[in-house]
Amino acid sequence: MSDPNSDKTLSVHDLRVRYGEREILHGISFDVPRGETLVILGGSGSGKSTLLRTLVGLQPATSGEVWIRGQDIAKMSEDELDETRKKIGLSFQGGALFGSMTVGENVCLPLREHTQLEESTIQIIMRLKLEQVGLAGFENYMPSQLSGGMKKRAAVARAMAMDPEILFFDEPSAGLDPIIAAGIDNLILKLKKAFRMTIIVVTHELASAFLIADSMLLINKGDIVAHGTREEMQNSTHPRVRQFLDRVPEPEVAEEMDYLQMLTGEAPPKAL
Amino acid sequence: MAFFDSIGRNTVGGFAYVGGLARLSGRAAYFTLIGPFRGKALRWSRAFHQAMAVGVEALPILSTITFFVGLILALQGAYELRKFGALQYVAGGVAVSMTRELGPLMTAIVVIGRSGSAFAAEIGTMKVTEEIDALTTMALNPVQFLVTPKFLAMILMLPCLTTWADFMGVMGGAVFGVTGASFTFGGYVQATLDALLKRDIITGLIKAVMFGAVITAVGCYEGFETGGGAEEVGRSTTSAVVMSIFLVIIVDLIFTSLFYLLGR
Repeated sequence: MSDPNSDKTLSVHDLRVRYGEREILHGISFDVPRGETLVILGGSGSGKSTLLRTLVGLQPATSGEVWIRGQDIAKMSEDELDETRKKIGLSFQGGALFGSMTVGENVCLPLREHTQLEESTIQIIMRLKLEQVGLAGFENYMPSQLSGGMKKRAAVARAMAMDPEILFFDEPSAGLDPIIAAGIDNLILKLKKAFRMTIIVVTHELASAFLIADSMLLINKGDIVAHGTREEMQNSTHPRVRQFLDRVPEPEVAEEMDYLQMLTGEAPPKAL
Repeated sequence: MAFFDSIGRNTVGGFAYVGGLARLSGRAAYFTLIGPFRGKALRWSRAFHQAMAVGVEALPILSTITFFVGLILALQGAYELRKFGALQYVAGGVAVSMTRELGPLMTAIVVIGRSGSAFAAEIGTMKVTEEIDALTTMALNPVQFLVTPKFLAMILMLPCLTTWADFMGVMGGAVFGVTGASFTFGGYVQATLDALLKRDIITGLIKAVMFGAVITAVGCYEGFETGGGAEEVGRSTTSAVVMSIFLVIIVDLIFTSLFYLLGR
């Protein structure tokens, strides 16, 4: 924690990810200073989910570097990667709680598997984590008995079980009503304030993004369009940023000939 | 051309499938046999739960089925044997068929239906709900965490279930022996023991272990190969059952041929 040289918890250099023939991320670079919250914005199919999967080591990078805590995870073996994974937490979009275990067991699982702590200590940590996300007393519920918002909170508690240095969120407010979504935003702000955790959030919810972000990153079709603070994004004149922030839909097919070709399935002329 | 193209594609696909199974089994075997010596603990309590589900809970249905199979074998055998006035050979026929072939095979079929499909559905659902990814990000290897306990449970329980199936088959045969072929119960059991060689039982149990490995590998592999959506879980469950039955028959053929050649 006290290494003065590693003020950047996460650093990405020229990251490229390819699925077969198709390149999803075309050379992405950015840094996240310790204790900051970065919000990664992007529309559907922009590559933001692929970016998140690569950052946590679920998707191997085709080329480039992903530095987490001073180590390049793109060049790590599976065993080394596991050591890094113990220091990061990921809260999945749907919670991804293990359906066969109670909420409490879900939170206890990483502690039981990776630490030598006494069972009584593990129980205390588990209650503490559940209390921090506002789910005190729910440890004996099964995930299926929880509402959507509670599942996400429980997932956050599980992601925090090992006291991670970086916490990732995949679409934290997707599918939640505005009140519950605001509750999740507050939770993120609280975690940031209380634990000075580095937090990376992938979302397309603008209101939530402007509330929690220190800096923001807009991705479009696998490239970074803009990267800056809240204010810089708000005042940006970049057409793509404006389109995203002002919620302007993609223009519809204007040319009648193009439309005809689209319907008939014939390739458009080379000039287009 | 399209015909040869599809033959080529299917052949390559088949090899890729078997390769995938081998890779998964290899990793499960690594975590079962070598992992414990490298600080990756075996999950005995999870394996125990699996063994209960795979083994003990299968006993009622397996007992019923193999009991009737034994009885059917006796009836079918007697149909031929009585032409030669050789009804006393029914006991031996049932015993050898059960231990060498039908005990392991019927056990495998029941276990495929109960557990192979369940493995695919469990892992498939976990894949769809991102629980597999969650395991990985929590530095828990999904193969070690999910497959190894199943693997361990299956290769321990299949021989046990098969032994029980052999026994129930003989009991089924005894029903015909006593009621239809003038055996006493004790006489039928004695005739069974006289007819059986140690080799018959052992070859059956070797097959059972192999079937256990195949069923686990296919069930788990199909689970991991599940794409997105609930429909896909159904598809992988179906294909786990169909592929398991097919591969169990192939493995059975290979080992039966092997034992035939070795036993000459």
